[in-house]
Amino acid sequence: MPLIKHGTLVEDIWHETDDFADVQTLAPLGPVIVTLNVWRQHRAAILAYDGRLGLRLAPGQTPDLVAADLHHFELVELEFAKFTDGRAYSHARLLRERHGFKGELRAVGEVLRDQLSFMLRCGFDAFSLETDQQAEALLAAVDEFAHWYQPAPGTSGRLDHRSTIPALRQGAGNSTNRDTAGRAATWAY
Amino acid sequence: MCRYDEFDHAFVAERVDQFRGQVARRVAGDLSEDEFKPLRLMNGLYLQLHAYMLRVAIPYGTLSATQMRMLAHIARTYDRGYGHFTTRQNIQYNWPALADVPDILDDLASVEMHAIQTSGNCIRNTTADPLAGVAADEIEDPRVYAEIIRQWSTLHPEFSFLPRKFKIAVTGAPNDRAVTRGHDIGLRMHRDLQGNPSFEVMVGGGQGRTPILAKTIRNFLPVEHLLSYLEAILRVYNQLGRRDNIYKARIKILVQSEGEAAFAEQVEAEWQQIHNNAPGALDLPEAERNRIAAYFAPHGYADLPKQSPILDAALDTDPAFAAWVESNVQGHKQPGYAIATISLKPHGGIPGDASAGQMDAVADLAERYGFDEIRITYKQNLVLPDVPKADLHTVWQELVDLGLGTANAGRISDIIACPGLDYCNLANARSIPIAQRISERFTDLQREREIGDLSLNISGCINACAHHHVANIGILGVDKKGVEYYQITLGGVADENAAIGAVIGPAFEEHQIADAVETIVDVYLNERETDERFIETYQRVGPQPFKEKLYATD
Ligand code: SF4
Repeated sequence: MPLIKHGTLVEDIWHETDDFADVQTLAPLGPVIVTLNVWRQHRAAILAYDGRLGLRLAPGQTPDLVAADLHHFELVELEFAKFTDGRAYSHARLLRERHGFKGELRAVGEVLRDQLSFMLRCGFDAFSLETDQQAEALLAAVDEFAHWYQPAPGTSGRLDHRSTIPALRQGAGNSTNRDTAGRAATWAY
Repeated sequence: MCRYDEFDHAFVAERVDQFRGQVARRVAGDLSEDEFKPLRLMNGLYLQLHAYMLRVAIPYGTLSATQMRMLAHIARTYDRGYGHFTTRQNIQYNWPALADVPDILDDLASVEMHAIQTSGNCIRNTTADPLAGVAADEIEDPRVYAEIIRQWSTLHPEFSFLPRKFKIAVTGAPNDRAVTRGHDIGLRMHRDLQGNPSFEVMVGGGQGRTPILAKTIRNFLPVEHLLSYLEAILRVYNQLGRRDNIYKARIKILVQSEGEAAFAEQVEAEWQQIHNNAPGALDLPEAERNRIAAYFAPHGYADLPKQSPILDAALDTDPAFAAWVESNVQGHKQPGYAIATISLKPHGGIPGDASAGQMDAVADLAERYGFDEIRITYKQNLVLPDVPKADLHTVWQELVDLGLGTANAGRISDIIACPGLDYCNLANARSIPIAQRISERFTDLQREREIGDLSLNISGCINACAHHHVANIGILGVDKKGVEYYQITLGGVADENAAIGAVIGPAFEEHQIADAVETIVDVYLNERETDERFIETYQRVGPQPFKEKLYATD
C-alpha cells in the first residue's frame, strides 16, 4: 500500500499483524507493528526480540492505555475505521502533546484527501493509502490553507504556534502586543 | 461590529476555493455522495426534500446593513426572492443550485460572511444574546467571547468529526435571551465573589426526542480560561460520546450516562492536564480580548434626553403605534435610545421569512436610524438595536408600509416554527400552515394584548428544531399511519428559568389544533389572577383545568 511520510511517497518497510504467531516469524526479519491486544498478551516475548516495534490502536483505544509503554515503540498507527469517526484526532494530540511521542504517527483506514489537513494539524506525519491515485490527491491537499487559527503539535511533541493566525496578528502588531514572556499570544487554541 | 483582518479574509477565501474544488470533484463523479456529504455539510449545504438548502452563519446574530443587502442580493439572484431566518440566528436559502454555491460563498466572503460549520457533526455557529451590547442588564458584551469561540472552533482539527453536532450559546446578562440551557454548552456570565466577570458553564442541554436542560458543571470559570475549558469538554466528548446510535450521540446523553458529577470530574481532570502540559499557553491574553472587544465598543451615542416629547405625542395620538411600542420596543442602556423588534410574524405569514425587498429596506433603516446594525433573534425576528426614541414613530410607519410593522413580539402569534413537511425531509407533519392558521385566530391585536406574553412553538418532528419543548405552548407534528397529528406540551420556559413542557394528552388532528390552542388560551384567561402571565397561571394551577377543557367529552 502506498505510504506518504513527511509529504512524500515512500516505501513502507513495516510489517503489520494482529497474530502473535506472525510476530514470531516477522519480528526477526524487520520492523513489525502489533495490535494492542497482541502487545498486552505477549509483551515480554515481543520485547525479547529486541527489534523495531510499532503499535496499532483501534478507534476506541486511547493512548492513555499504553502511556507507560510508549517508549518501546518507534511508530504508532491510529485507525480511522470510518472517516467520520474523529476519536483518533484526539488520540493523536494526546500522543504528541501529553505523552510526548516523537516517533512516526501514522493514519490508516479511511484516510481521505479532505481530512488530511486536520490530521496533519493533529500531529500525524504518515498516511497509509489504498491507491497511488489517492496518494496524489492527498499530496495536493497539503497546501489548501496557508494559516490556521489553532496551533498544532509538531513531531517534536511541542505545540507549533508560529504560523497561527493569532500569532501572525501579534507579529504584525507592534511589540507591545507581546506578553511579558515575549512569546506570541496563542489564545486561539 | 467585528471586522475581518487580512488573515480572516485569506482564510475564508481559501475555504471557498477548497469547496469550489470539492463541488467540481462531486460534479465530475470523483467524490461519492457519501464522501461529499460531510464536506458540504461543513459548508452549510443540506440536501432537502426538493432541493439543496444553504444555511449561512450570522455569527452571534449581528449584521451590518451591507451584509443584509448581500443576503437580499443572494435571495434575489440565486434563490426565489426570499430567505428564512432561523432560531439559531442563521439564514437559510431553500432553492440554490449546487453549481452556484461556490459563487454564493464568494459573494458572502466579500462582505465577511460564510457558511462554515452551520451544519455537520462539528462545533456550529455560536449564538449569543440578540440584545448584546445594548441591553441594560448586561455585565459584558457576550459577542466578544462568541467571536473568540467562532475563531477557535473554525475548522478545529481535533473537533471537526464529533459524534454529533455541537452548539454553544453565550450570554453576558442575567436575563437569558439565548436559551443557554438548551445548548450542548451554555455560557452565562456572572460576577464572581471578587466581582470579576466569569462564566457559569452548563453542559448537555438539547431538544430532540430527549429534551434535557444543560447542567452547571462550573459556577465561576475565569474568562481567561474559556478556551482551554471548552477544549477539555470537547475532548472528553469526542472520545467518549456514543457513535453507534445517532439518537444517543449528543453530549447530553453522555452527561446523563456518566452522571453529572462524574462528567464534571472528567472535564476538570482533562483541563488540569491541559494546563500542566502547556501552562498558560491556552489562556486568553487580555490584549487579545481587548483587541476583539474594541470591535464591539459602544457606538458614538448622542447625548439625548431620557424622554422624547415627539415620542410621547405620537403615543398619545396613535394607538396602533402605542400598541407596537408596548410589545416590540424595549429599554436601551443609553438614555434617549430604544431597541425595536421587527416582527417577521405577520398574521398568516411564514414565521421567519423575509423577502429581498424587505431585507434591503431594513438595511436602509439600520443606516438611517441606528449605527448600521441589525440583529437576528432566537425568535426568528429582526432587531434595530439603536433607534433614537424621537425616530420610533417614523421607523414604525416605514415598517408598516413594508409589511413589517406587526405589533406581536412576545405574543401568541410570535410563533417559532420550523420548515416542517413543506421543505424538510425529516418532517412528520407540516408546521408552517399550522402556524399560519393559529396566528390567523389572533389577528385582533386587542385580544393578543389581553393574552399578553406567551410563547408558542411548532416543530414538524421529534428533532424539535422549533424548540417546542421550551415553549409555553409547544406543538409537535407526529405521524400516525400516514395522517398528520399534533401533540401539545404546556409549561415550557426558554429564559433563565428554563423548563421543559409536559405533554397534556392525546394528539389532535390537523383541523382541531387551532381550536385546541384557543381552548388553552380561554382556560388561562378564566383562571388567571391579576397580571399573571400564562406561564405563571399554568405553574400555579397545573395541567388539570386545561386537560378538562381540552378533552371534555360533552
Ligand atoms: S423539527 Fe423536524 S421537521 Fe422541523 S425542521 Fe427540524 S427536522 Fe425538519
